[in-house]
Amino acid sequence: MAKYGLFSMTITSNLDRFMTLAIWSAALLVAAAFLWLLGDVLWHGAAHLSWSFLTEAPENAGRSGGIGPILVSTLMILAVAVAAAVPLGLATAVWLTEFIRPGSSFGRLVGLSLDVLAGVPSIVLGLFGNAFFCVYLGLGFSILAGGLTLACMVLPIFIRTAEAGLRAVPADWRNGAAALGLSRGAALIHILLPAAAPALAAALMLGIGRAMAETAALIYTSGYVDRMPSSLSDSGRALAVHIYDLSMNVAGGDPNAYASALVLITLLIIINSTALWLAENLLQRRIVTA
Amino acid sequence: MIWFKPSILSPSYADARLGWGLAAAAGLAAAILLLIVLLLLRESWPVLQRVGGVRFFADQGWYPAEEMYGLAPMLWATLAASFGAVLLAGPLGVASALFCRHYAPFSVARLYRRMVTLLAGIPSVVFGFWGLTVLVPLLAQFQPPGASLLTGILILALMILPTVALTADAALAAVPDAYLRGAAALGLSRGATIAGVVLPAARGGIISGVLLATARALGETMAVLMVAGNVVQTPTSLFDPVRTLTANIALEMAYASGDHRAALFVSGLMLMGLVIILAAAAWRLSGGRLHG
Amino acid sequence: MTSTIDMHCRPATGTPADAYTLGPLQSGPSCCDPEPLIRVENLSLSYDNKPALAGVTLDIYRGCITALIGPSGCGKTSFLSSLNRLTDLIPGCEVEGRILINRQDARAPDLDVQTLRRQVGMIFQKPNPFPLSIRRNLEMPLREHGVRNRSELCDRLERTLTDVGLWDEVKDRLDTPALALSGGQQQRLCLARALALEPSVLLMDEPCSALDPLSSAVVEDLIQRLRGRYTVVIVTHNLAQARRIANYAGFFWVRERAGTLIEFGRCQQIFEEPAHDLTAAYVSGARG
Ligand SMILES: Nc1ncnc2c1ncn2[C@@H]1O[C@H](COP(=O)(O)OP(=O)(O)OP(=O)(O)O)[C@@H](O)[C@H]1O
Ligand SMILES: [Mg+2]
Repeated sequence: MAKYGLFSMTITSNLDRFMTLAIWSAALLVAAAFLWLLGDVLWHGAAHLSWSFLTEAPENAGRSGGIGPILVSTLMILAVAVAAAVPLGLATAVWLTEFIRPGSSFGRLVGLSLDVLAGVPSIVLGLFGNAFFCVYLGLGFSILAGGLTLACMVLPIFIRTAEAGLRAVPADWRNGAAALGLSRGAALIHILLPAAAPALAAALMLGIGRAMAETAALIYTSGYVDRMPSSLSDSGRALAVHIYDLSMNVAGGDPNAYASALVLITLLIIINSTALWLAENLLQRRIVTA
Repeated sequence: MIWFKPSILSPSYADARLGWGLAAAAGLAAAILLLIVLLLLRESWPVLQRVGGVRFFADQGWYPAEEMYGLAPMLWATLAASFGAVLLAGPLGVASALFCRHYAPFSVARLYRRMVTLLAGIPSVVFGFWGLTVLVPLLAQFQPPGASLLTGILILALMILPTVALTADAALAAVPDAYLRGAAALGLSRGATIAGVVLPAARGGIISGVLLATARALGETMAVLMVAGNVVQTPTSLFDPVRTLTANIALEMAYASGDHRAALFVSGLMLMGLVIILAAAAWRLSGGRLHG
Repeated sequence: MTSTIDMHCRPATGTPADAYTLGPLQSGPSCCDPEPLIRVENLSLSYDNKPALAGVTLDIYRGCITALIGPSGCGKTSFLSSLNRLTDLIPGCEVEGRILINRQDARAPDLDVQTLRRQVGMIFQKPNPFPLSIRRNLEMPLREHGVRNRSELCDRLERTLTDVGLWDEVKDRLDTPALALSGGQQQRLCLARALALEPSVLLMDEPCSALDPLSSAVVEDLIQRLRGRYTVVIVTHNLAQARRIANYAGFFWVRERAGTLIEFGRCQQIFEEPAHDLTAAYVSGARG
């Protein structure tokens, strides 16, 4: 709002002065808390961060050594989650945008159930994952079970973001494709999905970011084991779980917990910034072609 | 060949097949929620059947080994922590959004919005860890042991603040410019415009954002687990250590079995119920869309 | 997928289609058979139960250019879209009445719309090339319709681009994005894209209205050259243009909130001796 400068020229009332003061102090307070947290993690974490920390195995319950196997487990869990969530999510998003009539009751039902799923507490998802994937399907504490649980968690975010991206593709192209007698499948593959690619990538990044930050859903699905996993049916400890374990259950684990937190935050900032950049990029492209 | 008659190989059939395939995928995605509810019910059924639903509220305490399943203290702790967090994060989040839209110079607003977005991406375990290593010792100097309802509230507030701020920001952005111009034409000051025009116009979006944030606070596990002290008791002061429903599940699932395990699933059901009520309220307020 | 029924206007002697020329411009269908290619009977159309077209009956003749004129909102676009069933894509849009194309019911439920749309091409008001290269814009629909042969593809590419006068302008940059072309070039590319599928009918919805006068003249010349080879139905707000190019003209007007066809006939007749007062007023510029 450029038209209200910071110091407006009109005579300001006491209410105005108070509100300006209150809002600036609230903003400063939030910024201060953010910087405090980030600064603290950066300060303590950087001291312990090194190349060998990233590659070595944890020793002495994680007090010393590194996080090599934990990074590998994290990546494997993410890979399983992505591999399960992306095809299912993409198909659902395409169906919701391209195949159903607006206002269709089945479509609304799917949308509603996804919105509720997005709000399910992650520990409840962990309970579900434990009972369904680990026990009922017999996967045990494994990377596979953890990844599938996370897939359930990121599915709604992925679908809703992908859906928004597909809806932003101009209708001209859909009509053009239909008028040429192209099948919907062909229109999707050749035109709509490529045009929505930045949004789909943003959706993927958001999903990965959310999955990577998750702890509670993983404790009782992919488990605690901090050895290098040799297959998807091994238990594997995710980075977030590692931080939790070091700080709660291991006396003297704080230095390595700080370093792990720094690694996690750095990865997440990269992932989320990429998502943001992709989404903004998409917006610009839309303006250019419109 | 009659060119209008479709053949089995014609693209229309391919499209119909594609449509059915996609609908099946969508059905599967929607069925996950149903599956979750059914599984929670199935796992909690034995204990619900044996001791009944009422005792989860009526029992004097949580001693699963002695078949006492009173969830009330933890339910109160959950509600108190969430309520406190929303009480803090609501005004601060709305103020942050107003700051971005109406007070900060453009470049500062952009920087600030980016900061809030990044804050939204910080994992809860890092919030918890920071709370445990920084806030808890700090508070312990004044009011030992430090880990308490208050620290839980503070950390939760910080965690859900971005949710409030980002949804409120979107709601403020949706207020038509014409309203602002109209208010300016009437010679209203900035404060009066915001209090009298902007906030009422954005009210629906802001409230649904606050409800979403409440749902997040209720469902949050790690942050409160790490800083709130984990003693099962009904909180009587801000400095009491408490244990929330979510933290209880995370702590006891490791060794629970039999009825104890089933009772944990009952608390999962209870959390799910709370969240669904909030989601329904937010859904109604926002006119059918919650996320994105 | 290739249709064997030939809907082009062909002289009885059996010379190839492109050798065919019509008689003098205003002489109407001196064409092989007097039977119309498209018959529309009592067509009504509504969006969400709000009528947009009511009781339209008209015939469209082979090889001729039929112009549809009328004020904004009288349902011309809706009429065109019902011919290639693009209305199927609009939720809440209901069509009633009969549409016969080449004696076959275009509204039959078991009809293969993709084959129909391949034979009844459409050009939109706003050029809508796909966000692909120029080459892929033309080749992708062909491939999807089963034309896979490389040399055949190249051949059609060059032929249709030459047809629309674009070949010399773009032959050195066939692999650059089509969206980088100018508006007029984009529209001609869309025309080429439709022609490459060798349709029988071309529906054009104000194809020149988004173009500057020069590009507009180029596209108009192009449409003139399609006469005889294709059956063209064109919607235009430019009365002079309709008069210059059309053999037949139909005048739409909104009556009781729904568009209706007021008058249909030879172009000369509609413009010079209209039977209806509304038509007379509209073509003389007094109303609309
Ligand atoms: N998708 C739609 N949904 C609802 N109503 C529509 C839709 N498309 C058109 N209409 C309505 O149907 C009527 C006819 O519209 P149509 O676009 O066919 O007119 P037109 O003659 O092509 O106008 P123009 O010359 O401006 O292009 C209008 O009143 C319009 O508001
Ligand atoms: Mg139109």
